[in-house]
Amino acid sequence: MRKVVRGFYAVAHAVKLCRPNIICAYPITPQTEIVENLAEMYANGELENCKYITAESEFDAASILVGASATGARTFTATSSQGLILMSEVLFNAAGMRLPIVIVCANRALSAPLSIWNDLQDSMALRDAGIIQIYVEDNQEAHEMIPQAYKIAESVMFPTMVCIDGFKLTHAYEPVDLLDQEFVDNFLPPYNPPIKLSIDNPLTFGSYAPPHCYMEFRYRMHKDLVKAKETIEKVFKEWAEIRRDWGGLIEYKEGKTVLVAMGSLVGTIKEVAEENGLGYLKIRTYRPFPAEEVREALKDCENVIVFDRAVSFGYEGILTIDIRNALYGEAPDVYSFIVGLGGRDVPKSLIEKCVSKVINKEIKPGYSFEGLKEFEEVLY
Amino acid sequence: MRISLGAVSRPLESLKNKTGSWAVKIPKINEDKCLGCGECRMVCPDGCIELVDVEGRKVAKVDYDYCKGCGICSDVCPANAIEMVEKVIE
Repeated sequence: MRKVVRGFYAVAHAVKLCRPNIICAYPITPQTEIVENLAEMYANGELENCKYITAESEFDAASILVGASATGARTFTATSSQGLILMSEVLFNAAGMRLPIVIVCANRALSAPLSIWNDLQDSMALRDAGIIQIYVEDNQEAHEMIPQAYKIAESVMFPTMVCIDGFKLTHAYEPVDLLDQEFVDNFLPPYNPPIKLSIDNPLTFGSYAPPHCYMEFRYRMHKDLVKAKETIEKVFKEWAEIRRDWGGLIEYKEGKTVLVAMGSLVGTIKEVAEENGLGYLKIRTYRPFPAEEVREALKDCENVIVFDRAVSFGYEGILTIDIRNALYGEAPDVYSFIVGLGGRDVPKSLIEKCVSKVINKEIKPGYSFEGLKEFEEVLY
Repeated sequence: MRISLGAVSRPLESLKNKTGSWAVKIPKINEDKCLGCGECRMVCPDGCIELVDVEGRKVAKVDYDYCKGCGICSDVCPANAIEMVEKVIE
């Protein structure tokens, strides 16, 4: 059923179809309307066998979901920016406890200075948590990713975060072909974990591990997360057969010069690539990182141009670090442009300007901030 | 070694972790001075103190398997019967 809806609704509708048992969140721009939509559905009695819990902070929301998930409930939360960072202490635990909580991160810049606008700094700051991170390009993909995220999370037992650009997608009205209940029920089986916390079966999740065994737990977690790539690919393939082919861990079109990005910026780089006969690479699954796929796709091209919307302060663009590492020992020159921080617009003309600098050899491989204005530094 | 998914363990399994090995100083109870009031047992953050019968009266006893040597018992003892002493590792 095609409807013109906002990104919020596209996500909320998909969550409803996944039959969550516990939804718990704290409002934060630009995520709020996702859980507002769910709260309305809940109030209208549309969510069967579900409890919507209001929390007093994101830390609380995540903590409530850890407990709920341990009892075998299917759980959902959505957050952004400072909210995700406040959740982080709990989410690192949820990953170690192997709880398949599904999180939607409506990507927003981090403070300070205070910004409510979009970039990818929030979710990318959590890349080492042991959480599966999937970045989507538009609201249709966001909508269809939710049932897939549940299936992946509950198959491999890791929290899974679907990252959706704040404002650019969440607030955008787009025609979305909405899934129906029967389709999702056929695709997503009920969640039935092998271990459930209950009053009759008291357990400790994430118990104390002294030096003689801690490393083995973390090794297993790492190995399982790397192996999760196979499951993710399998779920994406299954989805491609029954619904629509969105690609695998990456989506790739070859070219001598390849533009790389994640999230909604992919739409822009695809257009620039098409108009200029270039290739593009869209990272769909950022963690676990598809290093082999990236290497295979990019090893024979001349220039790789990465558009980063998050910075590892003191080093360079975060995605670039991963891409260059995947390409270690291979020939392509890697150029990195940090763009669009804190909601700064990234128009096609900016991408084209970056591409022309590379193709005309005006710059050497390395990184730079693009779209900066001239400024003067003052005390206040 | 067995590794459970999510480090899930059953009740009382944590007793295997003898955290008393962390201690540098440990409480030594002077049984003659001890009044058996149980103040130290109340404040012990690790539940390592119990009151036992010694010659017909209650006296504090420390479980050195789990005592981390924080010294709170020694601080609160109204009879100054608990002295923190260097732990000797044999």
